[in-house]
Amino acid sequence: MDLAPVESLGYFVPELILGVAVIGTILADLLVRRKEVLAVAALVAVVLSMLASVLMLADTPDTTLFNRMIVHDQFSLYFKIIFGLAAFATIWMSMDSREVDQVSQGEYYALLLASTLGMYFMATSTNLLMSYLALEFVSLTSYVLTGMLRNNRRSGEASLKYLIYGGVASGTMIYGMSWIFGLAGTMDYAGINEALTTSSPASSLALFIGVVLTLSGLGYKIAAVPFHMWAPDVYTGAPIPITAFLSVGSKAAGFALLLRFFYPALSSLGDDGQWQALGGAGWPQIILVLSMLSMTIGNLAALQQDNIKRLLAYSSVAHAGYMLMGLVVLSDEGLRSVLFYLVMYYMMNIGAFAIVMLVANATGREDFDSFRGLAWRGGALPAAAMAVFLFSLAGIPPFAGFIGKFYLFAAVIRAEMYTLALVGALNSVVSLYYYARIVRAMFLDEPDGSEETVSLDWSTGGLVAVLTVGTVVFGLYWTPVIGLADRSVRFFLG
Amino acid sequence: MEIGLTHFLVVSTMVFLAGLFCVLTRRNAIGILMGVELILNSANLNYLAFSRYSSVNYDGQMFAIFVIMLAAAEAAIGLAIVLGIYQTFHTIDVEATDTLRL
Repeated sequence: MDLAPVESLGYFVPELILGVAVIGTILADLLVRRKEVLAVAALVAVVLSMLASVLMLADTPDTTLFNRMIVHDQFSLYFKIIFGLAAFATIWMSMDSREVDQVSQGEYYALLLASTLGMYFMATSTNLLMSYLALEFVSLTSYVLTGMLRNNRRSGEASLKYLIYGGVASGTMIYGMSWIFGLAGTMDYAGINEALTTSSPASSLALFIGVVLTLSGLGYKIAAVPFHMWAPDVYTGAPIPITAFLSVGSKAAGFALLLRFFYPALSSLGDDGQWQALGGAGWPQIILVLSMLSMTIGNLAALQQDNIKRLLAYSSVAHAGYMLMGLVVLSDEGLRSVLFYLVMYYMMNIGAFAIVMLVANATGREDFDSFRGLAWRGGALPAAAMAVFLFSLAGIPPFAGFIGKFYLFAAVIRAEMYTLALVGALNSVVSLYYYARIVRAMFLDEPDGSEETVSLDWSTGGLVAVLTVGTVVFGLYWTPVIGLADRSVRFFLG
Repeated sequence: MEIGLTHFLVVSTMVFLAGLFCVLTRRNAIGILMGVELILNSANLNYLAFSRYSSVNYDGQMFAIFVIMLAAAEAAIGLAIVLGIYQTFHTIDVEATDTLRL
């Protein structure tokens, strides 16, 4: 079913709510004197938007909107809920963050909501032009959010680096897209798929170049090696809530675009749930290499880090590698495990950054020393929660991260790619070392008396409690999430 | 000799490589942003050429217009960030602003 602009609006409610909220926040900033209202308003808008997505989950028909520019299907709804959750946690963290207090509140929340809206479009676009516009929408707002702390040198430097890497990556991406457009003669994903199904093998080299160049923009968004260089610097320089937002929201958005580009556009689905790459483009091999490199380089670099934000940045590069494993196997099972892992990753990673923010609020630093003896200077509960998040990130049972990794590895082993599974397993062992190092510093190292005490306030405590409970509960009972992920591996191209 | 699709593609590839070279060699932040503009314009040339020679509609032209618009937006944000960098570091040399390290 294809819908024209006016009929499309009914399926466009989550986006409309966010769009109105963006403008509303900017206007309200001029009128309201108590700026705390803006954060609450942004929080309400995100919840409403998420609610609209959840309500649509129950059996609305798949359809393309706005003359085939974007699509409404289960896959996009699943991702919209993840983006909503990420924005929700980010706004909550921002309300408690000392860093964010210094910035102009109206601009900050308007940009945050706009970035979330851009992510919605990244998950829904089914057209090369729309994909590019959505990616730039998210990128441009992220550059500004990263550089929000105006009198902080690190923040400015991070945003400059983000801008330069982002500009080059997205420029390279549209150059690659232009080759795909030239070969297929259309921007539409369904049209590209149709053209590639009937294409001659003579054009496969041009297609290969186009796909590799396009991958540079997508790989940059998910922070996969070798497009990850911006991540450590940007994660270190950005305000902590924004770091959390980029590491979860931006990465999930990148995966949404990546999945929709490679699966329904560049592959075709067989009857048995197995996909077939089209036109001799050979992209599964490239992703296989990227996946192994991301895991290995991310984990090895994380071993030497002294700044916790930087360590978590390299850990997020490694996690992009784990999730890419699900793309290599070319099966619905692999896709399902990527979708499932993103939810688990959301809880444990945002949780870890919330604790980093708590410590940074009290000490003004985020290096290893600020975590030394955390459990013995008032922060026993945050330290315990951090241990849960870190062990979950390492993939230790019975936490959520273990189940997520279990599904990914199961998909890889079922596809009989034993080398990839072995590399992934070895990497998980390596990662345990640096996660456990933080846990050891928090519990086993004695504080030398010079460190500030860290206490848990009600607001941050609430968020941390929810995320901890989620990490533990989904490690024991995950059936609803995997069921939803299973239902959501259903692309619609019209 | 008739000017055909191949000529346009060769020119656009040269512009793309020039842009990439510019990005990799410049130390001045503005110079790097100009390299990014070259990359974007090489893509524009490709879209226009493909649209002219092998497509039935105006999708390619439309893409090029959007790219021009976004390049302007990116330049605006880029220059604002570079200005902020200049105010804190008193230079826009990207090697001098490289303080985030291990």
